[in-house]
This record gives sequence, structure tokens and C-alpha cells, in this order.
Amino acid sequence: MGESVIQFLETWSPIDVVLIAQNFDRFLLGAWVTLQLTVISLIIGGALAVPLAIARTSKNPIINGPVWMFTYTFRGTPLLVQTYLIYYGLGQFEAVRESVLWGPVLSQAWWCALIAFSLNTAAYTAELLRGSIVNTSRGEVEAAKACGFSSWMRLKRIVLPSAFRRALPAYSNEVIFMLHGSVVASTITIQDLLGVGRWLNGRYYLAYEGFITAAVLYFIIVLMVSRGFRFWEKHWLQHLYPHDAVKVKPKKGLANFRI
Amino acid sequence: MKLNKLFTTLSLVVLVLGIGNAQAADLRIGVEGAYPPFSWKESDGTLKGFDIEIAEALCAQMKRKCTMVEQDWDGMIPALMAKKYDAIVASMSITEERKKRVNFTGKYYNTPAKFVAKDGSGLEVSKAGLKGKRIGLQRGTTHQCFMEKMYPDAELVLYASQEEVFQDLAIGRIDAQFSDSIAADDGFLKTDAGKGFSFVGGDMHDMECHGEGAGIAVRKGDDKLRMEFNEAIKAIRDNGVYQKINAKYFEFDIFGG
Repeated sequence: MGESVIQFLETWSPIDVVLIAQNFDRFLLGAWVTLQLTVISLIIGGALAVPLAIARTSKNPIINGPVWMFTYTFRGTPLLVQTYLIYYGLGQFEAVRESVLWGPVLSQAWWCALIAFSLNTAAYTAELLRGSIVNTSRGEVEAAKACGFSSWMRLKRIVLPSAFRRALPAYSNEVIFMLHGSVVASTITIQDLLGVGRWLNGRYYLAYEGFITAAVLYFIIVLMVSRGFRFWEKHWLQHLYPHDAVKVKPKKGLANFRI
Repeated sequence: MKLNKLFTTLSLVVLVLGIGNAQAADLRIGVEGAYPPFSWKESDGTLKGFDIEIAEALCAQMKRKCTMVEQDWDGMIPALMAKKYDAIVASMSITEERKKRVNFTGKYYNTPAKFVAKDGSGLEVSKAGLKGKRIGLQRGTTHQCFMEKMYPDAELVLYASQEEVFQDLAIGRIDAQFSDSIAADDGFLKTDAGKGFSFVGGDMHDMECHGEGAGIAVRKGDDKLRMEFNEAIKAIRDNGVYQKINAKYFEFDIFGG
């Protein structure tokens, strides 16, 4: 029974399902590498983004200027180029190769990818947060002032929590972009999800199998991420949704009646 | 309405493109362009190298007009099957695994594979010596097959092109590289970047992985074209054109015994 199924698949399936099944553990390992790179760079990038966003809202050009330069550079150039510059570019300098950082960090493809991804997402997240901070309702800030909050307390207790919440929907896009962007890792020898797909294609001279499997797994991850964000949005943005003052149960006969 | 118009236009475009394709009886040859001295790209975009000149000589011999189509290595066979070109002249070794997808002519050259490492690295080519060592190689090559079969304990670092392998070997990201000996010699060891590096171990060969040499791949069922190429290879071997091209690049006859 099992063998006839395999034989059927081998003969009739347009893609080599058996080969995919045999190498599926590699794909899962690749997915793990992709998730690792994405999540860790999001954490580092997110942590960097908060102070950068606050600096970006400053009216002092000495604080604002450099951060503006940083975010513009990283948002204005492709992630692939940034990764290549760190992986292939930095390695060309003897000074870099002889520094302490070379052995444990910069000689490793994984670290190069992590650095590029973290800085990239930090730039995007910083701008996103800045927008959110600037758009904090004046009323909330004024109320905080009236209650005698210091500017630091105002930021910590009123502006940032509210800005984080309002930035959530846009941030879910950034997370998905970062996940998609992480395929760049496969171009610098990392065996991430796409890397494994390419390995399979290269090993068995196939056109679709590796890519289709990778695409399906990416799709599943994105589905889970967007589900998670929908849940958080419901939870954290509840106060911003329109809702009825009093819930009235419609009378029976009028249930289908719409105005 | 508008959509209908769009579909009509689109199908017309597809039709015209389709006819265009059907009329092109000229040969399209898939080449790589990142594998010196067999093929590389000059800064003005022209393709150069042993593979390119052999392909041109074969086309001249067959009296066919050829266009070279560049393709990254790991998509070489899929693109042939998708009819992006009709034959591959890109130093592709004739192996059993590839024969499942495409057909090959006889070999047009055969050179051994070798390891390259930094002088004084003490790298020993053996199961124990390569264990855990980072060995760089090009993805989807016979060398990947060889390493996975013979030295499964080595850590393979896979690159899209051979040039990237050399780049990372030069700056010490990998312990050694494994590739065709001529490609390593001319593409790396004889260049400035390759100073202080040399071959380690002897010639490596495994019939199952490396096959009988590099051949020209055509789609299954394209037997007429395959025979045409076979005759052309024999003809340029006999009339001295092959030797002339060979002498431009190598000091010995790489056709092999």
C-alpha cells in the first residue's frame, strides 16, 4: 500500500514529492535558521530603534542629524547590498581581518547577516516609531503636563506606551518584510530556508522542488506571524476600536432588518 | 469591457512571442561566465574563455548561428529543460545523476579535481583530517557530490559561483576549497589573490560523482543535436581547431586520455 503510493507519486507527480519528503528534516533545520536570524535581528533592531526614534523626534540637529543619516542610509539601500558590504566588503580590509572581531564575528556568515539585518530593521522600526511618537494626541501630553509629569515620566508613562500600541499594525509589516528579507542570508552561504531549497535544487538538478517547499514553509510562518499580530492588535488596541456605548439585543422580528 | 481588451492584447503578445520563439532555428547555448579560465565576463560584458571559444568553434563547424545565453550555475539544467537555451557548454561533468535529467555528448575535456589550502595549513586530505574543516565549493557541482559521499564529516560551505569560493578562501573564511584543478590553478593560484596558497592532496576522482569528463548537455530526446555536437567535437579535434584554442589557455592537452 505505502509502496504503491510512493510509486504513484514518483511516476505521476509533477514535482518530486519523495525527494522533498526525504530531505524535509533539512528544510525544518533551514526554517529554524531563518526564524533564529529573523527573531534575533528583530529583537536587537527593536531595542536599537527605541532610543533612535526618540532621538529622531528631538529638535536638536546634533542628536537628530546623525540618526537621520543612519536611517536614511539603511532605508535607502537594498538589504542585499548592505549584507554584501558587511560580508564581502569588510573582509577585504587587512585591518578588519586582523582585529579581534574577525575570528568570532565578522568571519562568520551568520554574524554578518545578523548585523546587516539588525541595523536594517532598526532603521525602519525607528522611523516607524518616530511617526507614532509624533502623532501622539496633544490632549494626552497636555493632560500629563497638567498632572505634573516630568518630560521623562511623560515619555515613559504616556507617549511611548501609546506610540508602541499605535505602531503595532505597521510593525507587523516590518516583521514580515524582515522574514522575507532574511532570504538574503542564503546568498552568503548560510543554509537558511531558501539556502536549503537551493541546496536541494543544486544537488539533484531540479528547478522547482526546493523553491516550492521553501515557499510553502515561508507562507506558513507568515500566516502564523500575522495571526499572532491580529491577536495582539485586538488585545492592545481595543481602546481605539469603535464600540457601542450600550449593547442592545435586537428584537426577534427585527433581527434581519437593516437600515 | 476593459478587461476583455486587456486579455486580447495580452494573448496577442503571448502569440507573437510564441511565434518569435518558434522561428528562431538558431542555436542558443547556455554558458556560465563566472568560471575562469573556462568562462568569464569582461568588464565590457563580453564573454570569454575556453568554453566560449569551444562553443563558437563547434557552432562554426556545425554551420549554425549561435547565441550565448548566460545562466547562473545552479539553474543551468533547469533552464535547459525550460528551453531557455538548447545546449549547455559550461564545463559540465557527465554524471549519472545529471543523466537522469539531460543527455550528454561525449566529453570535450577532462581534468582532475583538487583541494586548495593555505601554505602551511597542515590540512590532511583524509576522513579524519577533513573532519569539521570548512570546505568551500560551488553548489550543485560534481564536487559537492564527491564531498558529501567521501567526506561527510567535513563542513561544506556552498557558494553560488566559483569566484566567491576563491574570495572567501583568500580572506580565510574557509579552511580549504575543492574544485577542478585547472579552474583553481588559473582562476586563483596564478592570480595575486592566490599567493601563499597551493594544492593539497593529489587528484581526486570518483566515477559516480565526477563522471568521465565535461560534456555538452542537451534536452532528452534532442538526439539529433547531440549527434551533431559529437561529430563537431570529433571534427575540431581532427582539424586542429581544438588544439589551437587549447594552447591559448593551457600548457597541456586537457582533452585527457
